[in-house]
Amino acid sequence: MGSLNTLTVRQAVDHLEQGACSSEELVRDLLSARTALDGTIQGYLQMDGERALAEARHADADRKKGRRGRLLGVPLAVKDILNVTGQACRCGSRILDGYTAPYDATAIARLRAEGAIFVGRTNMDEFGMGSSTENSAFGPTRNPWNSACVPGGSSGGSAAVVAADMALAALGSDTGGSVRQPAAFCGCTGLKPSYGRVSRYGLVAYASSLDQIGPLTKDVDDAALLLGVMAGPDPRDSSSVEALVEDYAAACGSDLKGMKLGLPRDYFVKGLEPAVEAAIRAAIERCRELGAEVVEVSLPHTSVAIPTYYIVATAEASANLARFDGVRYGFRAEGAEDVLEVYAKTRAQGFGPEVKRRIILGTYVLSGGYHDAYYVRAQKVRTLIRRDFEDAFKTCDAILAPVAPTAAYRLGEKMADPLQMYLGDIFTVPASLAGICGLSVPCGFTPAGLPVGLQVLGPAFGESRVLRVGSAYQKSTDWHRRRPALAAEGGR
Amino acid sequence: MKYLTTIGLEVHVQLKTRSKMFCGCPTGPGAPPNTQVCPVCLGYPGTLPVMNGEAIRLTVMTGLMLGCAISPYSKFDRKNYFYPDMPKNYQISQFDKPLCLGGSVEIDAGGGAVKAVRLTRIHLEEDVGKCIHQARRSGVDFNRAGVPLMEIVTEPDMETPDEAFAFLLALKQMLLYLGVSDCNLEEGNLRCDVNCSVRPEGQAELGTKVEIKNMNTFKGVHVALQYELDRQLEAVRTGERIVQETRRWEPEAGATAPMRSKEQAHDYRYFPEPDLMPVVLPPAQVEAWRAALPELPRQKRERFAAQYGIPEYDARVLAAQKAVADYFDEAARGASNPKLISNWVMTEMLRRLAEREMDIRDCKVTPAALRELAALAEIQAINSNTAKEVFAILFEQGGDPAAVVRERGWGQNSDGDAIGALADRVIAENAKSADDYRRGKEAALKFLIGQVMRLSQGKANPQMATEKLVQRLGRPGGTG
Repeated sequence: MGSLNTLTVRQAVDHLEQGACSSEELVRDLLSARTALDGTIQGYLQMDGERALAEARHADADRKKGRRGRLLGVPLAVKDILNVTGQACRCGSRILDGYTAPYDATAIARLRAEGAIFVGRTNMDEFGMGSSTENSAFGPTRNPWNSACVPGGSSGGSAAVVAADMALAALGSDTGGSVRQPAAFCGCTGLKPSYGRVSRYGLVAYASSLDQIGPLTKDVDDAALLLGVMAGPDPRDSSSVEALVEDYAAACGSDLKGMKLGLPRDYFVKGLEPAVEAAIRAAIERCRELGAEVVEVSLPHTSVAIPTYYIVATAEASANLARFDGVRYGFRAEGAEDVLEVYAKTRAQGFGPEVKRRIILGTYVLSGGYHDAYYVRAQKVRTLIRRDFEDAFKTCDAILAPVAPTAAYRLGEKMADPLQMYLGDIFTVPASLAGICGLSVPCGFTPAGLPVGLQVLGPAFGESRVLRVGSAYQKSTDWHRRRPALAAEGGR
Repeated sequence: MKYLTTIGLEVHVQLKTRSKMFCGCPTGPGAPPNTQVCPVCLGYPGTLPVMNGEAIRLTVMTGLMLGCAISPYSKFDRKNYFYPDMPKNYQISQFDKPLCLGGSVEIDAGGGAVKAVRLTRIHLEEDVGKCIHQARRSGVDFNRAGVPLMEIVTEPDMETPDEAFAFLLALKQMLLYLGVSDCNLEEGNLRCDVNCSVRPEGQAELGTKVEIKNMNTFKGVHVALQYELDRQLEAVRTGERIVQETRRWEPEAGATAPMRSKEQAHDYRYFPEPDLMPVVLPPAQVEAWRAALPELPRQKRERFAAQYGIPEYDARVLAAQKAVADYFDEAARGASNPKLISNWVMTEMLRRLAEREMDIRDCKVTPAALRELAALAEIQAINSNTAKEVFAILFEQGGDPAAVVRERGWGQNSDGDAIGALADRVIAENAKSADDYRRGKEAALKFLIGQVMRLSQGKANPQMATEKLVQRLGRPGGTG
């Protein structure tokens, strides 16, 4: 057929069920698209074509034998931070060179149980630390809409391969915006579930109290489908929550009648790029037309969210990344004389500069004498941020906001100034700190032709609400169906 | 000037759970290196800990037994430091909200005095692996990594190495009573760090604290403390300043050596473990556990004295070890004279067990056999010497005491006529002794009884032999 790679997951499922195509044909088209495009985009770190085809044939054979599954034979791309049995899992880092995952992450296991196959690993900022995928030890990924621009991050590889039709859908992880922001930069749909909604077991930890696995898809319906498979409590993750897993597909309606949507005045401030603001305002209008009532809300602690995040996340990261020491798995530096040198050399050579910066920062904020001033205080501010949202959701059902203050920027533009890069997370980090859910849907383009993302935030475990808003919006717009010229031309 | 010495202990106790603290791996000793491991306890990327509820229960039970306050809200923290035996390079422990606070352990402070050593806290943490150093390389065995470890911290309430030793013995006894740990020192089930200091008499605040590590036995703790306190006393007497530091006990050298100073002390950068939820214990749960506490030494002591009518001293000795107490309890239950059972256990049994360094649970003399043996002696079916011989045989081979007596023809002779005949013969053959007795020399009777016993090959009932002799010789003539 030659263009099965452009299908959504739901379309692919229909094709497969109706016998319109086989899983093997799907994978072949993905492999061709990758061959055509990924030399430029560099979205995948690894894709074992032969193995993917073998698994696809296996799924096709299973179907013939009568096996059913919500995702039987559907190929998915996976961010390099999730453990998939038998696959490398390098987290965009040299330090995990040679590590092969001995187990499936719970989310992977649940998708696999429905028949999904995992065909490739996508590029990312090392350990999820970054907003541009430039912090990958294996080189940056490029934005399919403009290869001079970053795809966002840290799940930049996942967003880029979905946007460029090199994947039907991909998994990412979001700690401070790492699913939502690259989705916005690449013009695809990205969902960060509420903290506790999807098991973190098998997701290599960056900041344990913030990390969540989320899908990057071509539309909201696919995000709902994948969430429905992955969601729910897991005995292997004590932070996963028993909250009711709703029928997310059913939640994807087409109007917003009776819904109250909040606009946080604190998100429409100086620094928000006019083209981005214009697209967001237009999207808000569209929601109003769809029957929603739009009210202003206040999230007064927004301005302190970034420093709070960089204390909480780096503190946890400094402990989480301590295990990468060259003793048990992964990379070990040569020529060490004693165990301290093994640690020092392995970590000096194995980690990139941003990871080192955050480990040092996290170690500092937890150290004796500073612990109370930084870590303890940040936890208090985190509570205030959570309360901001709790208060806001008393007067609205969901919140509409920009995903990021700008569209994708050029490669290298912010690498010299980490602080500028950090500030780009201002609209995604608060929801992460509050543990609530957030969805990013395409809502327009800048004059330069770069996608803009609308963020829909919902209360903790209110995924149905954000999916309903996003789905209704998408059913009345076609931003999510636009494809970059690069992909349409089949590479250059 | 006189100096006072002060000692506090931190005791690590491996809890007896079937699986590790955060994963399903088994905890038993003796497995080949790295065979009881999984991605979770090896700290593989992406894995998460899941709390073993049994470890919480055992810790709380210990706290209840030792009179601690049980925290209704408790949490776990990460203790950060690098060491090759640490899979994650942080240890999941409890920092500021331990499961148990306060409590005490009663120790024998010498001369029958009892002293209460106060506890600061009991918390739960995960054990680490074990480094194995070979000639040219080192390895790590992670079988032990993630085994639940309960840390019991005392107040600085002990004053002598003897008291510290007594504390450890008393604590071990209690832990064995509760069955929360095997308390096997060789397998590292019980490990102990020591804090100690010296100060001039009359000074209220404690002296500079020195921590000692690496004692593998209770005796090791005793000698290390003796050495270290002597070192400190010597130092203060010569005007040297004690520095706050951690020292390492080196058993071969019989001395402590500096390990790290206060400046080099780790900054563990504790922070709450985000992967585990806080532990909230509803009062009803704690009360249910309290109700399930087994009978403890003191209660057992009191019951033994009341139920079996044995002296306070006996009850204390018998209740000291749970296994001994259980043995006695079983043997004494239904015995016509429990005091005799108590005598047997406290003398023959404990002596022979000590000689062989044996556990009473491995003893071949069953409680029922001991009860029967005591009964045979009591009804004088055998005499006391024979009874001891029977015990010795049972101790080696086990079996039924009546059968042993029968097989060897050791039944006691209580046939009055036969013994009377022997008495006649002995009097005839020992006229001088008989006269001595008649003249009032009591000791002569003992000799004559002995002769009856000899002729009967020890089987004559000694009391009956005495009666027959006295019958024939009449009362002693005078008392002078």
